[in-house]
Amino acid sequence: MSEQALGIVLFLLFVAATLGITFWASRHTKSAADFYAGGRSFSPVQNGLAIGGDYMSAASFLGIAGIIALYGYDGFLYSIGFLVAWLVALLLVAELMRNSGKYTMADVLAFRMSPRPVRTAAGVSTIVVSIFYLLAQMVGAGALVGLLFGITSDEGKAGTIVVVGVLMIIYVVVGGMKGTTWVQIVKAVLLMGGAALVTIMVLAHFGFNLSEVLGTAAAQSDKGGAFLEPGLRYGTEAAGLVGKLDLISLGLALVLGTAGLPHILIRFYTVPTAKDARKSVIWGIGIIGVFYLLTLVLGFGAAALVGSKAISAQNAAGNTAAPQLAEKVGQIIFGDVGGTILLAIIAAVAFATILAVVAGLTLASSSSFAHDLYAHVFKRGTATDQQEVRVARIAAFAIGAVSIVLGIFAQSLNVAFLVALAFAVAASGNLPAIIYSLFWKRFNTTGAVSAIYGGLGSALFLVIFSPVVSSKKTSLFPTADFHWFPLDNPGLVSIPIGFLAGYIGTVLSKEYNAAKYAEIEVRSLTGAGAEKAVTH
Amino acid sequence: MATRHDESSVYEQMQASPDFQELRRRYRSWAFPVTIAFLVWYLLYVILSGFARDFMGTKVFGNINVALIFGILQFVSTFLIAWGYSRHAARKLDPLSDKLRADIEGGTHE
Repeated sequence: MSEQALGIVLFLLFVAATLGITFWASRHTKSAADFYAGGRSFSPVQNGLAIGGDYMSAASFLGIAGIIALYGYDGFLYSIGFLVAWLVALLLVAELMRNSGKYTMADVLAFRMSPRPVRTAAGVSTIVVSIFYLLAQMVGAGALVGLLFGITSDEGKAGTIVVVGVLMIIYVVVGGMKGTTWVQIVKAVLLMGGAALVTIMVLAHFGFNLSEVLGTAAAQSDKGGAFLEPGLRYGTEAAGLVGKLDLISLGLALVLGTAGLPHILIRFYTVPTAKDARKSVIWGIGIIGVFYLLTLVLGFGAAALVGSKAISAQNAAGNTAAPQLAEKVGQIIFGDVGGTILLAIIAAVAFATILAVVAGLTLASSSSFAHDLYAHVFKRGTATDQQEVRVARIAAFAIGAVSIVLGIFAQSLNVAFLVALAFAVAASGNLPAIIYSLFWKRFNTTGAVSAIYGGLGSALFLVIFSPVVSSKKTSLFPTADFHWFPLDNPGLVSIPIGFLAGYIGTVLSKEYNAAKYAEIEVRSLTGAGAEKAVTH
Repeated sequence: MATRHDESSVYEQMQASPDFQELRRRYRSWAFPVTIAFLVWYLLYVILSGFARDFMGTKVFGNINVALIFGILQFVSTFLIAWGYSRHAARKLDPLSDKLRADIEGGTHE
């Protein structure tokens, strides 16, 4: 059996198992709290794994391992930003959000504000962030799966995007949050297991001597010691001061973006209490932290054993470094059959990773559409639970369909920047609104709307005129040049704009509701009146 | 719960109570300074990665250089802060917030 066939069989096993779980979950999904928040009955360990499942995207697994394999140390900068970011979520957001919200990010933002403008802004921002992220994953899926399973034609890649899209629609429409959470849990366990297996084999090959791995990687890279230092990928000396500011901009967006990502925020609603939300974030930090330490070994291991030439020959961005390493180290230790099996396992895990993340994003955006825009803006809070859930399911279907079409259309474009952009928008628009809502007495409707539109708008505006959209070989439109903003990542400018817009908007308006602030402050810290877990 | 003679809500009374003020102080006096500290510590790492490459490239032992150790220390500090917060919350925040929640929820069901 070829590795492609074996990989497809393993992947089909994953699909069969997760679809089974999804249909099982659908029988336990009756109320809106079930659909949006999985009945709030997951344990901290389960939700911690699901947090890892939602967060460890193909971009962070294959992408970071690939950056390390090709550019050395700089991939590690990404991992560290992604990990430290969880402290913002743990210390400032998770518990307070669980205590004062219900289903979406907007529940907290609109709590003491005029609901329609704030929910509209939060809904728009949620859907924009989620669709960017979704699109990057879908396009990545087409390219990657094509490579792993030997599908090279454009029709074949489009077919892959359709398969990914249809499966994610089924997970969300049928299983809701309960089904989607279980998909995340299964995926997180498989991903951790696969990454740990390959890491141990790499370390074993080098006699469990990390310094040896690094030395071989540096020697193979023909960049020598520089391969183990920052500066080959981000903020290169050639790019000068602008490049270094870009590095800081990216670092800021990574560390402040996580706690503003809608698909991450709704995870805090799936557990019974704020205490459980805290515990699940701590589990998540442990799982994600260990995972990024594994990718460090995978990346340098791939550079040492596969070599950057063989990796960039397969995929210029290095996305296939981890699967190539699995094949190589399997061959070295167990012979050709071992290499085939290990490659198939990692390929199937990579596909599962993409599927789980896109399902989480589809759920977040359709929940926000149904709960924020439909139920509270269009129906002014008069929609019943059944109507809301029906609209959420239709929205999931529509968002899925749109992202399949966009994914196919964007196939040949370089959309990898959309992940960093999603983090920048989340950090610039959502995070200021969340932090002000929870901690600033004077904050009001104008402030919330200004923060979200100011942050979202400035991030988008700056990116359109940045080198990632035009002027470079790797740009979205490589042949055009209408850029004037020098940085790839807008965070350094747009995050302060978001916070400043929220401040100015607030002080320009006289509106202020002391009673509602007392309510959200007391509720968020004590958990009084918090939404309870559903018991069936 | 204090008696309610005025127009203010149960939440406003709770917000003004010494117990709640103490809970708020215990939460904020831990979470806010630590947030500033880890953000500064992280930004220091990012800025050194951009502007102090000779220092970051200094080899400490074998092929392990300052950049790698600094990076691993970011992991260590993240794990330590997460552990420290969970300890602080379990000892100083949870008992008080449980008590206040019981006060409010007992009060509203009268």
